[in-house]
Amino acid sequence: MLTITQALVDQIVAHARKDHPDEACGVVAGPEDSDRPERFIPMLNAAMSPTFYEFDSGDLLKLYREMDDRDEEPVVVYHSHTATEAYPSRTDISYANEPGAHYVLVSTADTDSLGDFQFRSYRIVEGEVTEEEVRIVEAY
Amino acid sequence: MAIEVRIPTILRPYTDGQKAVQGDGDTLAELFTDLETRHAGIQARIVDGGELRRFVNVYLNDEDVRFLEGINTKVADGDNVTILPAVAGGMA
Repeated sequence: MLTITQALVDQIVAHARKDHPDEACGVVAGPEDSDRPERFIPMLNAAMSPTFYEFDSGDLLKLYREMDDRDEEPVVVYHSHTATEAYPSRTDISYANEPGAHYVLVSTADTDSLGDFQFRSYRIVEGEVTEEEVRIVEAY
Repeated sequence: MAIEVRIPTILRPYTDGQKAVQGDGDTLAELFTDLETRHAGIQARIVDGGELRRFVNVYLNDEDVRFLEGINTKVADGDNVTILPAVAGGMA
């Protein structure tokens, strides 16, 4: 189960909405082994594509150095799908390299009708996808 | 002196959980071959067909080696090498 604050959910959705029609991506870091997402870090999609995302390699190194220095880990890795549902694609699964992370997917496919944004979370370990419950709280 | 190699979480099963290991070699290719002798299986996760895997980033002293000489980049004692899998995906 992913437990996350309403404020972080709002930030992730706002980022996805802002970058639409490109895919948005980022991380929510938290203290090592805490499983508690705390620090919202929107990343640039170096691919600048509606169907693909990739962190810029320089930004990636900076991000991991910074998390290392702060004894943090990527608790949530999020990205948006802009025309399909919020379910991991084959590409997502093959490049999922953080077995400890919650992979959050937001769909902005319904942006124009301003319908509900799908916000779903998964574990992706060795090619196996498991959807998990998302518990949204006011504070930890 | 040796070359320090920082290992990402996903590859730590090959290094008994160590975050960093030491290696030797004149190029990255030689360094990864050297790591393989102590951490069997790790090389294939980084190298494929003699080239770096597309979605594995390797940095030499904070520089992405794709902008240097890729797997043929020269390394020397005291250098720091960081391996980080790309964070990538998408509906494509």
